[in-house]
Amino acid sequence: MSTNPKGQRRKYHISQRTNQISPSGIRRFFDLLASIEGVISLGVGEPDFATPWHISEAAIESLKKGYTMYTSNSGMPELRQELSRYLRNNYNLEYNPDGELLITVGVSEALDLAMRALLNPGDEVIMSDPCYVSYNPCITLAGGIPVMVPTNEENNFELSAADIETRITRRTKAILIGYPANPTGAVMSRDKLAEIAEVAQRHRILVISDEIYAKLVYDVEHTCFATLPGMKENTILLNGFSKTYAMTGWRIGYAAAPREIIAAMTKIHQYTMMCAPTMGQVAAIEALRAGEGSATEMVEDYNRRRLVMVKGLRDIGLSCFEPKGAFYAFPSIKRTGMTSEEFAERLLTEEKVAVVPGSAFGECGEGYVRCCYATSLAEIEESLARMKRFVDKYGKEA
Amino acid sequence: MLREILKLLQDDAHTTTKQISAMTGISSAEVTKQIKQAEKDRIILKYKAIINWDKVEDEQVWAVIEVKLTPEKDVGFDSVAERIYRFPQTRTVYLISGTYDLFVLVVGKTNHEIADFVSQKLSHIEGVQETVTQFVLKRYKEDGEIIEDKEEVKRQPVIL
Repeated sequence: MSTNPKGQRRKYHISQRTNQISPSGIRRFFDLLASIEGVISLGVGEPDFATPWHISEAAIESLKKGYTMYTSNSGMPELRQELSRYLRNNYNLEYNPDGELLITVGVSEALDLAMRALLNPGDEVIMSDPCYVSYNPCITLAGGIPVMVPTNEENNFELSAADIETRITRRTKAILIGYPANPTGAVMSRDKLAEIAEVAQRHRILVISDEIYAKLVYDVEHTCFATLPGMKENTILLNGFSKTYAMTGWRIGYAAAPREIIAAMTKIHQYTMMCAPTMGQVAAIEALRAGEGSATEMVEDYNRRRLVMVKGLRDIGLSCFEPKGAFYAFPSIKRTGMTSEEFAERLLTEEKVAVVPGSAFGECGEGYVRCCYATSLAEIEESLARMKRFVDKYGKEA
Repeated sequence: MLREILKLLQDDAHTTTKQISAMTGISSAEVTKQIKQAEKDRIILKYKAIINWDKVEDEQVWAVIEVKLTPEKDVGFDSVAERIYRFPQTRTVYLISGTYDLFVLVVGKTNHEIADFVSQKLSHIEGVQETVTQFVLKRYKEDGEIIEDKEEVKRQPVIL
């Protein structure tokens, strides 16, 4: 509300659908973080690498040549060609670059488009709790209803096909899965994913698979959902360049799906976004053509730090299930008797280390904190030392 | 296994056995054993720091010298190269393809000192036919490390 020249209060009547989205549950934590200096933040959510130079170079070259105009709504044809080739080489999946691929402004936009293209008011989408914070709001904004399936440390935060099935109703439109996962770092095996595929197929429900962390897997293989039996025609595959190639700021993602779905998503996209950033698309082409080496090196580096982080957390006495993907560890802080938010706030004020309360990601995240290890070895070691002091002080029984 | 350890040490020679063990999952005892053997086998030659001498007041001049050699009968270039590399002023010595045979990186306190080294020591070595001396005007990158101070790009402290 604000005051107009007559001194009267003015209400802006923000839309109901916007008011419906709950503000971040950890607003207080954010505000606190902003007020403290010298914090080591394990709350980051992106690579600590700059984009590999040859990728930036390619974009710079294109800018010099004047490639600053709009591209085709669906994305540059060369990019879609390269992407089609990439999906064929990596997963043996055939997606026609004309009509079955759409280049979007990050996976974030692809997710939003998928929801708006599919959901009618009251349609339900089933997903895991905890999960990435954007899933719920995207569904709600599109008029849908999120249906949460609890997951826990004992079953490695995997989504169980049986638990999904008990929640299917006539209004269920899709199952949204995101593995490797943010915030837990969990990866699901091919077998377990196949069980979900079987349920989806039997009930004729679409699967939206957010695989942005597909390349960030350690000692296990990532299973692309669309490669499961019968799933190519029933999956909206979402992926992008942000995490694999350290291109978070470039905002380039994509959707690969059956023609009718891509057409619907493109229809919305052309009116709301026009096209994904041109220079980002140029960079993405270079990433696909020549970025594999750099990507692999970065993943190897994350792995080294993952080992240090997980071992370090366990040495402190925090139970931490082994994250096999993404770049997050999700240790339990239950032994301190504090809530996630309390733990995070006090760790921040007393030791100047920022971790994200697990409760920000859903009810099943309560009792956990998310620690990102995409940061320097020195910062990881220092924050572990400070966390040890904190846990020694407040930890109850081991 | 050894390769992983070597890569870590090459990037930061200060990395402790404990850190290497934590980053690779190899036991501390095995890491120590591998490193000791690599030192013995001269796979690891030395542990050195990369210094930006421009920030220290000391005068230091670097020069790249290309040397054309007359190969010695039966031994090729090796013995001439050895006579050159035994001089402590020569920091890097490579046998290269192309017009010239040896690439030599030399350091001295002044231009004069380097000029003297070339004219009085280097050129007099039997087998040295011709030299071209090029003085280093500015160093941008040294052994993989960018020398210029770059502004740190900060990330958002919290991204959900």
